[in-house]
Amino acid sequence: MPHDDTDIGGGRSRFPTTRLSAVLGAQSAETEVRARSFEALIAAYWKPVYKHVRIRWKKSNEDAKDLTQAFFLRAMEKDFFDSYDREKGRFRTFLRTCLDRFVSNEEKSEKRLKRGGGGIVLPLDFDGAEAELQSSPPCGDPERFFDAEWVRTLFGLAIEALRAECASRGKEAHFRLFARHDLADSGSGRPTYAALAAEFGLKTTDVTNYLAFARGEFRRLLLATLRDLTAGDEEYRREARLLLGAEPEDPS
Amino acid sequence: MLDDEVVRHLKGVVDLPDLSGTRYRLLRRLGQGGMGTVYLAEDEDLGREVALKVLFLLDAAGEAARHLLAEARLLARLEHPNIVPIHDVGTLPDGRVFYVMTYVRGKRLDAWWAGTPSRPVHLRLFQKICDAVEFANARGIVHRDLKPENVMVGPFGEALVMDWGVAKVRDASEAGGAVVGTPAYMAPEQARGDVQGIDARTDVYALGAILYYLLSGRPPYDASTGASVLEVISRRPPRPLREVDPAIPRPLQAICSRAMAREPRERYATAREISEDIDRFLDRLPVRAHRETPLERASRFVDRNRVLVYLVAAYLVMRAIVVMVTAR
Repeated sequence: MPHDDTDIGGGRSRFPTTRLSAVLGAQSAETEVRARSFEALIAAYWKPVYKHVRIRWKKSNEDAKDLTQAFFLRAMEKDFFDSYDREKGRFRTFLRTCLDRFVSNEEKSEKRLKRGGGGIVLPLDFDGAEAELQSSPPCGDPERFFDAEWVRTLFGLAIEALRAECASRGKEAHFRLFARHDLADSGSGRPTYAALAAEFGLKTTDVTNYLAFARGEFRRLLLATLRDLTAGDEEYRREARLLLGAEPEDPS
Repeated sequence: MLDDEVVRHLKGVVDLPDLSGTRYRLLRRLGQGGMGTVYLAEDEDLGREVALKVLFLLDAAGEAARHLLAEARLLARLEHPNIVPIHDVGTLPDGRVFYVMTYVRGKRLDAWWAGTPSRPVHLRLFQKICDAVEFANARGIVHRDLKPENVMVGPFGEALVMDWGVAKVRDASEAGGAVVGTPAYMAPEQARGDVQGIDARTDVYALGAILYYLLSGRPPYDASTGASVLEVISRRPPRPLREVDPAIPRPLQAICSRAMAREPRERYATAREISEDIDRFLDRLPVRAHRETPLERASRFVDRNRVLVYLVAAYLVMRAIVVMVTAR
């Protein structure tokens, strides 16, 4: 079960509520819009960034923490994301390229900021991310790993959004059923609807209905989160298809 | 941390359609393509199995569903043995559009091709696809998304062309003429996003691309990199068929090239014209798309009149023997 790793962008209410996505908001001239957009981007990307630095650049966890903090702070100060051109590809790929360039430059110049040297420390749960890395070490291509981590984070954000949504509408039981059934990890196994009905004191048809509600809301919130993190319709649609396991990478 | 299995499960969960409130009951997932996921479902009112396709298209305002329904009404009038019409259209509670078709128990064209090595059989099936497209085009309906994935081959060897009218709705719903779908079979005017330039000759191009596939076993363009394929389609023709396989007869290469001409006005005007040229090829007659050399003409004559040629050759040999014997 995911937990609040950070205050930054942790809840849905922290995402920009205008139609401008966080990616476009990060390029905005308005300070408030930029700040909120950066919060959303950091929430979605800090963990993939940290793990990428650990794996791709083979940095120690302390160095990876410093570099992750420094990358986002520098991105805000130096307007890294202003040069993103949605015509040229996904924001996710652009961010990873920026990150690799940043780490490479830091290595060359040896001017890497010491921990907290920038004056601001982002409240990110690096220990939790490190524990995840240790418990399930990645294998294969670092780029694919970065993408997979990003998808994982996105699902995590949508789950948190669903939890908040259900709580605000008095539907905590719906979320608990969803968590018990759809978030059950491979080790514990997925309970049957009949077992859930007995556990929650509901009829089996209620379990079906509660789960249908939670899943519908989860889908809506996942796509809303995704829209926030993409620059336009085309990227959004492409990412949505990819996220749902379909084309264009796998034309059939 | 969400483990990989949970992420996989959640992907399935968010993709799964909520059919409550419809007359359909989900049975199982059949597969997915560029535009959506296909499920086997049961029509509970009529007690029959149907193919239910859920599009990726989000349609909160219901506009795409209305367009699709209007198209489906037009298509309902297309009664043809090679056309699979849409029976029903709707919108899921999450805004996705779905439509329902007859569940065809057969093989997709690409799978069928792999198990059917005979070129004449491929060509005759291709002519059935042409018949369906000709029938619809003559009634003002353009498919816009013809490709092997949209053609099924039924248990009796019949070609069944599916997904009529869907591409038009998709194109109308995509903002700014954005191009989506599998691009390898797409005409240059479609790849450019020129929606106004689409007509029956767009389908003729796609038929040429399907013929390319049936002759060579590969699509005209490598579809693994969507965006760049669109650029390539706009700029240059595909690799000539005889470069892919030198055994492909020149007339068939010429038919394919003419159907896939860059400029619509240089293509066959109708699907029937392609089919007629295929007929000529199968009957060993000269095809319209190819000007023969004298040698090719002679070779085709020999091929077409094999018995006569053998008889004349035997007669000449015998005459020569008689002349030689007499001369001694």
